[in-house]
Amino acid sequence: MLILECPYCGVKAEETELAAGGEAHLKRYGPGSSDDEFHDYLFMRENPKGVHFERWRHANGCGKWFHAARCTMTLEVFGTYTAQTSVPTQEILDKIAAKRPGWTWREFADGKK
Amino acid sequence: MSKAVSVLNGTRFSGLATVEDAGLQGMITLRGDLGSKALKAAVKAATGAEVPAQGSISVAENGAAAWMSPDELLLLVPFEDAVAKTADVAEALKGEHALAVNVSDARAFFRLSGEGAREVLGKVSPVDFDAAAFKPGQFRRSRLAQVAGAFWLNEDGSFYIVCFRSVGEYVFKLLSAGAHPQSKVGVY
Repeated sequence: MLILECPYCGVKAEETELAAGGEAHLKRYGPGSSDDEFHDYLFMRENPKGVHFERWRHANGCGKWFHAARCTMTLEVFGTYTAQTSVPTQEILDKIAAKRPGWTWREFADGKK
Repeated sequence: MSKAVSVLNGTRFSGLATVEDAGLQGMITLRGDLGSKALKAAVKAATGAEVPAQGSISVAENGAAAWMSPDELLLLVPFEDAVAKTADVAEALKGEHALAVNVSDARAFFRLSGEGAREVLGKVSPVDFDAAAFKPGQFRRSRLAQVAGAFWLNEDGSFYIVCFRSVGEYVFKLLSAGAHPQSKVGVY
């Protein structure tokens, strides 16, 4: 059972109270982009064994969207953070670096901002 | 005008705990900046209660204000006053980025009381109801089996439960089944 703390209402919500929203920090390629960019934006997703960033919604609660960083292998949750950001917060990155030295995920990696 | 009737018109079930339709309750959904002075004053004027802290409900003599999300409150007022108070709140918040809506008729309201109240609610909701974890005055929006619901704990150990009126009968039957006299688990 996955338990995430909603950063908006401080509730430790378990999975059934939340709705999964897919991969986090996607950059939208809309009109004017190339077909390849648009294709990748629509279909290409990470499927990591290890560190992963996701969007979640506190559906049966305050109704707000937020981000979560967790490990897909151990289900360890590194932390949750606001949805009003396009990159993970430094605090979260530091926490992951401490527990998973050398981690990488898309353009994010250990020691990189 | 037709006579207003609450969802199950006062139905009641007694088992491990007593589940009862708590009757008509005026409810106003208020969205806006909870830190703003105008909103605090409007909430105080409508309910007599202060703007509650995160995850709690502040109760006054003739009303209450419950924390729904970082930008939303649920104001409880007498049913007859809901329309007028909604207008008052909207008037007081003119010019602010805020919205007040009378949702009294869209909600069902239940009271769950007695020894087994924590246990009965614990059976249908993924919330820790241990006496140390869920205290009087705490307000929580969560899930009641398959539907959304919100509840808070009173000083006397009873819960008030709010859900959509469309699922009112479901929630009543759900709680009644959870309060079946032979279904005691004994965890809380």
